[in-house]
Amino acid sequence: MNDRFDRSRRHTASDLSIDQEIIAGLVGEGARVLDLGCGDGRLLEYLINNKKARGFGVEISSQGMHACIARGLPVYHGDIDQGLSDHTDAAFDYVILSQTLQAVRRPQFVLLEMLRVGKKIIVSFPNFGHWHIRLQLLVNGRMPKTPMLPYEWFDTPNIRMCSILDFQDLCRQMDIHILEQIPLAAWGGLPRSLIKRHLLGLLPRGVANLLAPVAVFLLEKGRG
Amino acid sequence: MSATVISDSHATGSVGLVTTRMVTLFAHGSPMPLDSGASLQPIQVAYETYGELDANQDNVILICHALSGNAHAAGQHRLDDSKTGWWDGYIGPGKPFDTNRFFIICSNNLGGCDGTSGPSSIDPNTNQPYGLNFPLITIGDIARLQRALLDHLGIHKVLAVAGGSMGGMIAMQWALDYPERVAGALIIASTPRLSAQNIAFNAVARQAITQDPDFNLGNYYQGAKPERGLSVARMMAHITYLSEKGLHEKFGRRLQNREHFSFALETDFAVESYLKHQGSTFGKKFDANTYLYITKAMDYFDPFPDPETTARRLQPVHARLFVMSFDTDWRFDSSRSKELVRILNLHQKNVSYQEFHSPHGHDSFLLPDHEYQRAIATFVNRLYEERRRLISSVGLPV
Repeated sequence: MNDRFDRSRRHTASDLSIDQEIIAGLVGEGARVLDLGCGDGRLLEYLINNKKARGFGVEISSQGMHACIARGLPVYHGDIDQGLSDHTDAAFDYVILSQTLQAVRRPQFVLLEMLRVGKKIIVSFPNFGHWHIRLQLLVNGRMPKTPMLPYEWFDTPNIRMCSILDFQDLCRQMDIHILEQIPLAAWGGLPRSLIKRHLLGLLPRGVANLLAPVAVFLLEKGRG
Repeated sequence: MSATVISDSHATGSVGLVTTRMVTLFAHGSPMPLDSGASLQPIQVAYETYGELDANQDNVILICHALSGNAHAAGQHRLDDSKTGWWDGYIGPGKPFDTNRFFIICSNNLGGCDGTSGPSSIDPNTNQPYGLNFPLITIGDIARLQRALLDHLGIHKVLAVAGGSMGGMIAMQWALDYPERVAGALIIASTPRLSAQNIAFNAVARQAITQDPDFNLGNYYQGAKPERGLSVARMMAHITYLSEKGLHEKFGRRLQNREHFSFALETDFAVESYLKHQGSTFGKKFDANTYLYITKAMDYFDPFPDPETTARRLQPVHARLFVMSFDTDWRFDSSRSKELVRILNLHQKNVSYQEFHSPHGHDSFLLPDHEYQRAIATFVNRLYEERRRLISSVGLPV
């Protein structure tokens, strides 16, 4: 009985996906966090156990809810497209949207709500400008599929695909200040140590947009 | 401590045959103080327990019943009982409140009419039923008597307090009033306070009872009881426990034992007949005065009346709270649960919230549903595992 429990407590950064690791690195110690679309709660649990974070997750699926309750995490069953009206302005140090932006119906509204309740926000998303995706469409003439975006076009939850350049444009348009942008070099296959050391942040933005399958952005409200 | 389980049958997932126990508290010494300023002595409490108490008392779950419930939450009183306890789908071996793991306690609420002292009990000063001389009570008083029962049983810590509807209010009250005793609370299909509409429904129910010619200012125990008034109150309340869709799907516009409208003031529709049956059954078995007192206690419940009180009351609370609602409940709809969650979140309490889909309205909390049952089981099992881990880490014998 304790075995299952202990394992869930003693997990390390290696339990996280690559972008979750980067996100965890951006969150300060003892921060109050809101994890939107927290899924199985892995990132939130890591932040609470290893970063002394406080806060909770929001999740729409019952599988995700169940996983979070099983981890003992505070989680709110809700649809982030409905907004965050339950929360007051700047109630959180960080509001996290990890691999979920592409699945919301109203990305701009969600971003504005995140910026309202969070002092800083962290957004990660699959980069549709990645060469592998571009090549699939070019060569096959069919909607691309990747390990991160495995769905058929007709049943995908990912309805708001964008590239890194697209997202940068939106930030400019919405007067969102980009504090950090971290294009990640690879998904899954490469050794994790290599991935960690292999960020593409220093490359020209067009090149990063071509080479990074995932990007993490740390953002705050523009100062006008 | 020996449980009240006489025999159990693991194969069926039932706690088997159980008996309701009685204990008299506050028999000597000081009476139990009530929120109204009055006090009460002695107080009889009816309760049932299921499962075995751990040596460390780390497996206690207190179940709180709603308006018309009682101490009989699970199992059967007799083998030929057609009915099981009111939450039998949730309490038993292998069920969400797993009696192979947990020690479950459920007592009849103060003011009730199923063994615990209430208006129908004998007032020792007059040797007559209290009637309306019974003091008005609150949800806080109900929780206070439960605590006294647990003290009597030698139990100081509760792993979880759980209840639906008014039972959820009592669970919330426990987390607020006895924060050092409660590790978790499950607040199901409930609300932080009654709305004007909720109070209005209760007020009409009370009017139906007090306007019954047999009410006799609550002093009806020797003669005819205000069954008709109580029955009407129950019929109305019963409508609010079901969803419009659920009720329509069950009865539609079907006629009752007839082909055509009667064109007379008869019971034309099946739904009328159903409600009449519900009302009259309830009118016979339940005490009208208890209905008045308990609905009043619900009306008064308001633990978070203003920001200062809210902050003060929530400050010591560290229980893990799980608020649950059902999408077709309109008695206490999901927005009421979210209202509670918002208050708790504002004060950075450890709270989770989940809404379940069910066609059954407010009554959903009593009915079997896989997702809902799984959520309860997962929550209480996690609490239990953490508690066991804590005990083993500080070196107490497990």
